[in-house]
Amino acid sequence: MKSTDSFEDCLSRLEEIVNLLENGECPLDDTMKLYEEGIKLSGYCSKKLEKARQKMVTLTEKEGESVGGAESIETA
Amino acid sequence: MADQLIMSVTQLNKYVRSLLEDDPNLTYIFVVGEISNFKAHYQSGHMYFSLKDEGGVIRSVMFRSSASKLKFTPENGMRVVCRGRVSLYERDGQYQFYAEDMQPDGAGSLAVAFEQIKKKLLAEGLFDVSRKKPIPSYPEEIAVITSDTGAAVKDIFSVLDRRYPLARILFCPVLVQGESAAKSIADAIKRVNALQSADVIIAGRGGGSVEDLWAFNEEAVARAVAESLIPVISAVGHETDTTICDMVADLRAPTPSAAAEMAVPDASALLSWVYSQKNNMIAKIDFKLGQARLSLDNLIKKPVMQSPLFFIDQMEQRLDLSNTNLSANYLAILKDKDVSLRFSAAAINALSPLGVLSRGYAICYKGGKILKSVKGIKTEEVISVNFVDGTVTCDVKDISEK
Repeated sequence: MKSTDSFEDCLSRLEEIVNLLENGECPLDDTMKLYEEGIKLSGYCSKKLEKARQKMVTLTEKEGESVGGAESIETA
Repeated sequence: MADQLIMSVTQLNKYVRSLLEDDPNLTYIFVVGEISNFKAHYQSGHMYFSLKDEGGVIRSVMFRSSASKLKFTPENGMRVVCRGRVSLYERDGQYQFYAEDMQPDGAGSLAVAFEQIKKKLLAEGLFDVSRKKPIPSYPEEIAVITSDTGAAVKDIFSVLDRRYPLARILFCPVLVQGESAAKSIADAIKRVNALQSADVIIAGRGGGSVEDLWAFNEEAVARAVAESLIPVISAVGHETDTTICDMVADLRAPTPSAAAEMAVPDASALLSWVYSQKNNMIAKIDFKLGQARLSLDNLIKKPVMQSPLFFIDQMEQRLDLSNTNLSANYLAILKDKDVSLRFSAAAINALSPLGVLSRGYAICYKGGKILKSVKGIKTEEVISVNFVDGTVTCDVKDISEK
């Protein structure tokens, strides 16, 4: 799981892992490995979502300033 | 003949001239007639023509000082009313009419002038729709050419300030009526073009009479507008007033306020749109984040993720089940075997020779072999007879076969 993996890719892999575990046909060692991966993925996805939400809140607050009016009358 | 007064030609002409010029009836007269033999000398500015009707002709002249004030151009065949006086031009003895003012008979001179200029510029194609330039949507600088007094300038500034305060205004105060007005307006348009900073020009004035608005019908203004590389919005008078400037301009506004409205977009409407787009975007992102969160939560809530020991428990349960089955099966098998054993034991017992013996049967042996038949036995042979409780050795005395 690289930092460049997309949220969607990780979510898909997590789904895959859950399905495999639910089927119950995995050997014990694989089950352990899959569970570990699943936990890591869910943590990674959660963090990514949190970051996105934070960024959105920050941007919205920054752009909240209104547009000012510039007036200048020259004479010629 | 000696008693007659003999005058010179010069004296005669002088006398007749004074007769004409001193007659009070002839010093301020209005004459109506048709123009013919019209000739304008462009160098001197004087106009020479004849006025005629069915009965006669009179030679006429209009000097430059009066001629330059004419709004329209006299033409042969035009019926005009002229104000002036008569006199005699001594040099050629010609009696002539000196016109000081001229009006078309019937239509006003302004109306005639309007039609003349309109016809001329139309023929040159200055009113063509294809010549008209588009007005920029978001001008950065607006040139306003109008009088610095009067309602027009106030109206224009207030509309611009309300609608689109971020545009700069280049204000060119001009004369909007009177003799010098046309030049003032035309020069302003040329000056703005020379500066090259404005994106659009609003040229106009408030309402007034035909005479008041006349400057905007003059050729000088029309040509300045036509030659302007910067788009011009013409805003002269009220909605019902149409001037030559209106026809040549890139856009005609019914009033100065309307011109300001046409020149700029409504900033508050634009701002509302921008805000609504922003809110729209936020709502969409919000939704997407919500969806993603939901998907993630659904996965995390699943039992396999919630209880880490779940599958281990499952394994253990499987193990337990196997254990139980294992024991149960084993016991079952033993029981089964036990039954079989008992069954076999009973069977064996039933078949056991000891039982038979106890019932009185005996087993005979000869030479260690069991005897099942009288054949093969001879008299005088020795056989053993096993009873339940012992063995007897016997000699064979007699054999009798059934």
